[in-house]
Amino acid sequence: MISLSLAQARAALRARQMSARELTTAYLGAIEALNPQLNAYVLVTPEVALAHADAADAALARGAARPLTGIPLAIKDLFCTKGTRTTAGSKILENFVPPYESTVTANLLRDGAVFLGKANLDEFAMGSSNMTSAFGAVANPWTRLGDNRPLVPGGSSGGSAAAVAAHLALGATATDTGGSIRQPASFCGIVGIKPTYGRCSRWGVVAFASSLDQAGPLARTVEDAAILLGSMAGHDPKDSTSANVPVPDFAAACARGVKGLRIGVPREYRSDGMPPEIEALWLQGQQWLREQGATIVDVSLPHTKYALATYYIVAPAEASSNLARYDGVRFGLRVDGGDLGELYENTRAAGFGAEVKRRVLIGTYVLSAGYYDAYNLKAQKVRALILKDFTDAFEHCDALLTPTAPSAAFGQGEKMDDPVTMYLNDVFTVPANMAGTPGLSVPAGLDAQGLPLGLQVLGRPFDEETVFAVGAALERAAGFSAVPRILAK
Amino acid sequence: MSLDPATVRRIAKLARIRVDEAQVPQLQAELNGILGWIEQLNEVNVDGVEPLTGGLTMAAPLRVDAVTDGGIAEAVLANAPDRADDYFAVPKVVE
Repeated sequence: MISLSLAQARAALRARQMSARELTTAYLGAIEALNPQLNAYVLVTPEVALAHADAADAALARGAARPLTGIPLAIKDLFCTKGTRTTAGSKILENFVPPYESTVTANLLRDGAVFLGKANLDEFAMGSSNMTSAFGAVANPWTRLGDNRPLVPGGSSGGSAAAVAAHLALGATATDTGGSIRQPASFCGIVGIKPTYGRCSRWGVVAFASSLDQAGPLARTVEDAAILLGSMAGHDPKDSTSANVPVPDFAAACARGVKGLRIGVPREYRSDGMPPEIEALWLQGQQWLREQGATIVDVSLPHTKYALATYYIVAPAEASSNLARYDGVRFGLRVDGGDLGELYENTRAAGFGAEVKRRVLIGTYVLSAGYYDAYNLKAQKVRALILKDFTDAFEHCDALLTPTAPSAAFGQGEKMDDPVTMYLNDVFTVPANMAGTPGLSVPAGLDAQGLPLGLQVLGRPFDEETVFAVGAALERAAGFSAVPRILAK
Repeated sequence: MSLDPATVRRIAKLARIRVDEAQVPQLQAELNGILGWIEQLNEVNVDGVEPLTGGLTMAAPLRVDAVTDGGIAEAVLANAPDRADDYFAVPKVVE
């Protein structure tokens, strides 16, 4: 039952071949069996899930099925869920119970989804390995051939990705500020899309870097991701950056094909250090699209190499402002001090982990008097050049094809020696956040150690339909059917 | 630009994060590592470039200046670490 895709499960529910309660119970059993090993969920909510499932069965019985009626999902613990603890992976929010529901999760509930629980993540979504969570590391369900040592699932949406890959959820919500949907999708052999900035409301999503944060789904297939995004997306007056544009039928776009499309291959994404397997897969992806009628064109994104450094000014600057709210006064952890100033300092010292502190300090520095122009203003200007690169490239092509990440999943504890080594994981994903464009990762092959590798499709703003069409074409050609070692049965 | 220990302490003060003296050398090294790597942006010519501050180049929407909710003091205070009636409570600020 739990090996069905979301589209298949939805058809089986509508045909009354199984009930939502049966499906949800099967997932709760899988979580109970494997979550102790994976730590993908920081909170499992069986009562909530079964109540949602029973409501779904009632809707199915009266023929009132919505797009996601009875579909069990994991919710990244960055989305506020009314009455259910929401931690952002941080000790500073370890007892926070939101009195409101985020717009994205409210949209999913409106469409009949079942919430299994809250998924682990890097603290405040700051990380590429899920190692910075205050609730412990997440194990990738995949391991290297003949080597069972735990690998990271990527991050920051590591719990969401591990849950979907190990079949502990049919799909999951995630967020992507610099690659936090796409890199975990690549590391865990699943599909993830960061839609265009403004496509999904940020209201009720714990803020990291407001001009970059964007919600999106993780799923097992491109079509499943399209179905989920269709429910998550939509204009929301409560988020002033939410785009007032219609939500197209993303799932229908998956069947469009790529005949006649021009697919750009950005030459600056080729680097001397790229592992040969990733380079070969990238070439294979180009061949797959050519065989299905697309034309491959060489394009240039000249400022690619500066995107990551730009990101590490813009994102910490915005984070330092957003995280100012955690002061021990209105909600969250409080650690007392002799006076109010000490209370603030003690609370934030005890409540934030090392990576969050580093980013808040960097952000504070680049915004401080005397340094603002040299760092923040400069970064905002380079960001404008990065956006121009994409605008120019899309004059010559309909979508771009690149690898998702510079490596396969790595071991827990690796790349922890200096912060910049970890940051380099996001080299291929960050430019899309800087430019606000949509990006999808689709599993395309395995490396020599048996680990999944993803290819990334980038599209024009608000043209997720072409991104899904190209992603589905790659998926059909790749025929990726490998499964992780740790998999619920 | 390289941060000295005094600057690390000053930033920590501005960020309202207590940093013990023993942590300063490591933080200084980590922050300088990050800032040193960021210096590569000096290579980029940005003459005449307008800064991009938002996620998309969209005009900010306007809305009617109207009260849309309120009267939910219990919900607002539900997560307060300390409260006194319908107020957040903090250590005494004025002697």
